Order: sequence, then structure tokens, then C-alpha cells
Amino acid sequence: MSDSAATRGRARPRGRHALLGWLYATPTAVFVVALFVVPLGLVVKMSVSRWPLLAGDQGLNAPDNFEKAVDHRFFTDSVVFTIKYTVLATVLLLVLGLGLALLVQESSRWNNLLRASFLIPSALGLASASLLFYVFYSPFASPLAPVMESWGFTFLGSPTAALLSTTFLIVWRYAGFYMVLMLVGLQGIPGDVFEAARSDGATRWQTFWRVTLPLMRPTLALTTVLCVTGSLLAFEQFYILTKGGPDNSTITVVQLIYQVAFQGQNDLGVAAAISVIVLVALVVINALQLRAFRSEES
Amino acid sequence: MAVVSPSTPAATGGTRPAGDAPAGRTGRRGVNVAGIALRMPYWVFTGALGLIFLAPLVWTAVASVSPQAGTNQVEGWGFGNYETLANYQAGVWRYLFNSAFVSLLTVALTLVISLFGGYAFARFRFPGRNFLFLLTLAILMVPYATLLIPLYVLLNEVGLENSLVGVALVLTMFQLPFSTFLMRISFEAVPRELDEAATVDGCSTWGALWRVLLPAVKPGLITVGLFSFLAAWNDFMAPLILINDTERMTLPLAVSNLRGQVQGVVDYGATEAGVVILALPCIVLFLLLQRHYVRGFMSGALKG
Repeated sequence: MSDSAATRGRARPRGRHALLGWLYATPTAVFVVALFVVPLGLVVKMSVSRWPLLAGDQGLNAPDNFEKAVDHRFFTDSVVFTIKYTVLATVLLLVLGLGLALLVQESSRWNNLLRASFLIPSALGLASASLLFYVFYSPFASPLAPVMESWGFTFLGSPTAALLSTTFLIVWRYAGFYMVLMLVGLQGIPGDVFEAARSDGATRWQTFWRVTLPLMRPTLALTTVLCVTGSLLAFEQFYILTKGGPDNSTITVVQLIYQVAFQGQNDLGVAAAISVIVLVALVVINALQLRAFRSEES
Repeated sequence: MAVVSPSTPAATGGTRPAGDAPAGRTGRRGVNVAGIALRMPYWVFTGALGLIFLAPLVWTAVASVSPQAGTNQVEGWGFGNYETLANYQAGVWRYLFNSAFVSLLTVALTLVISLFGGYAFARFRFPGRNFLFLLTLAILMVPYATLLIPLYVLLNEVGLENSLVGVALVLTMFQLPFSTFLMRISFEAVPRELDEAATVDGCSTWGALWRVLLPAVKPGLITVGLFSFLAAWNDFMAPLILINDTERMTLPLAVSNLRGQVQGVVDYGATEAGVVILALPCIVLFLLLQRHYVRGFMSGALKG
């Protein structure tokens, strides 16, 4: 700090310099405080208050909302389902992302074409992609309708089928995104490491397990945290594709928040309580993941 | 399709080296042919994989103009499904306008705020600088739904209930972690000497920003603009929670509501048309700005 600050100190007076910095940062500060810090405080307050959707704040009632949240008939089911979906989506996306990255790693015209086609779905919104697959999976409009009819199943008909079909949509939409992140990681490995492995007589398979994967650890940590966070907060895909069905088997935690807040129950206090639980869980899970990746390293 | 259609001549070409192997193996040409033969499974496999990713998009576009029972396009090819959409509730033009309004306002706000913010974080030292930067990044840690519920209450209190401006403000806030981070590293990549020379020559910091730095951080701005447009255009949850009025819905919400509205029967054709209209700007922007698109993902990865 001392050296460059001193040089610049001569050019501009320090106090004025700091003031200018604040001036340029003011729009950011206003947005972050008004639309992030204040709502964050408010959601905590709501979680300990009786707060019906239409009537508004009715005063403190802690810890009623948290009790009601945990006792909600779909609370445990939605937590279990969300975790199940998160594990499935994360494993598939990371394996596929890395696989695609290895496949198109070398730069050539053909590979550039492939990369672009893997990446195009990621430009679509999640809602648009879900709507697309809503039609694609329907027993009436789907190009696979004859297959469904002759094999006697529908893509969204049973809990397992609904989970797998939704996961397929997510893999289709996000695989290219994880491929790009994996490509960045692969490019970060110095070439002479592979050279050394080859001259030591390592097979491709050994090189992958002993060299590539360990050196990809920072990328794997980032992609895992991103994918787990994104999947734990899944909403659109299930809201649009399955509406939580069949038999309420595909309700995610965020969907539960939405339901409690705006569909029937209309209790913003309980919804805020679930939101706070999700926030705390997410912070803890991410901290644990980062620690796991770090301790393995040492 | 490009890979599969020439498969007949390629396949015969692929079997040739096996036939005249002794001659082919020594000759240069033989090695090439054998190489191509070895690559064939790779091309077929990767080509098929590429098709899996493209097929749903192509199918939807084709299906939206092809005849289908239970839609407005029962016989022959045409734009009947798009007509359904044009007459649906407030009409597709209204929803397109709403979506464009929200998206453009979000892009404009995000560009201005992150340009100034990135400049401040990269070039100035002021009390609270690191704290504010970390606070901005912390937005990423907090679930969307956790913030949308109190934001719904807050916007109601300040008279922005049911307002597209309110939606744009919220979407801008969600864009700030990525865009502030990206603009900060864009400014830091520009040599300090450049703007210091300008200020020594009598430019104010304001003048240095507009005349000297702006051209240098243009690629960063394009990436920020692209990502905030895609995020705002495609966002579903914010308008779902913040907008109740049919007149003010954005396009994703309107297309989603299309299902099950007509006497409980889903008009799949109109939904297909809606998906096409939703996807078209995204795909065009992706194709035009692919380099910026990939770079945006990569700068996200470098952060980790």
C-alpha cells in the first residue's frame, strides 16, 4: 500500500481521493444496502414474527414459525427429495462436464463446433428449457409419444421417472457450462506434467487418475460448490415440469417456501423461517465442502 | 447430420486400408486413411452427442410450425400457434414489451453501477472498500427465494408492488456480484500509467474514465451486458413473486401460464411457439457474442 499510495498521494490529495472513491462506489452501496442488506434483516425479523401475506406484521411470535416450518407435512419430504436430487444432479453434471471437456480439449474446427453445440442450451433460460421439455415429455405432443404408448410409461408419470426426466433436462441445460469450467481447469495444468507422466511410462488411465484429477482439485471444488448450491435451490424446473407431483413426490425446499408464502397457506412468517433455515444450511454446507477440499490437499 | 450423411463413402474408405494393408501401411497415404478410419468412431460418437444437445431446440422450432391436433395449426404448416400466442390474454406483444423493458432497464442499470463500482474498487482506496466489495459478493451466498420474500414486502411498502421497475431493480441487485467482480478485474488489467498520465495532463478522474478507460474495459462491459440481459430476459422467479397483474407479466411467466388455461387443456403448440420466441434472442446473442459468453464463464471460474 505504502509505495503506490504515496506516489498517487502526491498527484491527488488523499482525502479527496477517498471521497471520489466513495462517490463512484455509491450506486453499488445504495443497491447492496437497500436491496440486499435490508431484505436480509427483514427476512430474519419476519421469521420470528406472525406475518400473514395480506395482513402484514402482527408482532413477534418466536419460535412459532420455526416450529410450524419443521412440522410442515412436506418439510422432511422436501428436504430428503432436494438432497436426493442434488446428489444425482451434481454427480452427473461433474462427470459429464469433465468427460465432455476431455473429449473436446484439443482445439480443432470440429471440436469448436462440438463445444458450441454443447454450450447452446446454456444460453436458454431455465424456465424456457423447462417449458421446452414440458412439451417434449408430454404424452400428447412429444415426438416420443409412440414409444411411451407402446412401452406403457410416461416421462413424468411416476416419482422416479419424474426425478430422472427433470435431471435429464438439467444435464442438457448445464453440461456445457460445466464443460467450460472444466476446460479452464484442464488448461491450467502445465503441459510438461503430462510429458513427465508419459516418459515415466504411465498409461492414459493412470495419468488421468494420478495426474489430471489431483491437479484439477481447485476446479473440482469450485464446480462442486456451484452445482450443489444450484441444485439445493432448485425451483423452476420442478415448478414448471412436475408442479411437485406426482403425489407431491418432487417438492423441493424452495418450492415449499413458495407454496407456504403464496399458494394457500399465505404465511410469510413460516416461509421466512424456512428461508432462514435454508440460508444457514447453505452456508454450513459450503463451508464444509471447502474445508473438505482443503484438508484433502494438505 | 453433417457427420452421418457421408457415412457410406466414408465407411468404404475406412475399410480400404484393411484390404490393401501391406501396401498402405508403408505409404504415407495409407497412414492417413488408417488414421481417418480410426477417427470414424470418434466422429460418429461426438457427432451424435452434439446432435443430442441440438435436437430438442430444432425439434421445438419445427414442431411450432407443423400441424398438430388440439392446436391452432391443425392442418398444414404455418404460424397458427404464433397467432394463438398473439391473442393470448394481453397478447404476446405486450409480454414482449414487458420483457424487453425489464431486460433493457436491468442491463442499463447493471452497466452503469458496475462500471462506476469496478472503477472505484480497482483505482481508489477509501474506508470500507474491502467490506463493501465482500458484501457485494456475499449476495451470491444467499438463496434467491430467501431474498425475494422480504423484497416482495419491501417493494409493496415503497409503492413498487406489481411494478416492472421493481423487478428490474431486484434483478440488477442479483447481477451485481458477477458484474462488479468482472468490471473490477477489467479495470485492474488496464495499466495504471494510462489513467495516471491522463490525470497528470489535467483530466479529472471522470474525464480519465470516459476518455481513456472506457475503451479499454469495453470487452468487460459487453460481457456484463450480455449476461445481465440473458439473466433478466430469462428470469422466472422474480416476476412470479413480484408481479400479479396479467398486463404486467413478463414473457416466461405468460408462456408458463399458457399451460392449463384453456379449459384445463394444454395448448402444446402455443407453448412451443412461446419457447421459440423466448429462445431466439438468447441463441442469436450466443452465436454473435460466443467469445464474450465463454469468457464470462471463465472469469467466474478463475475466481474460485
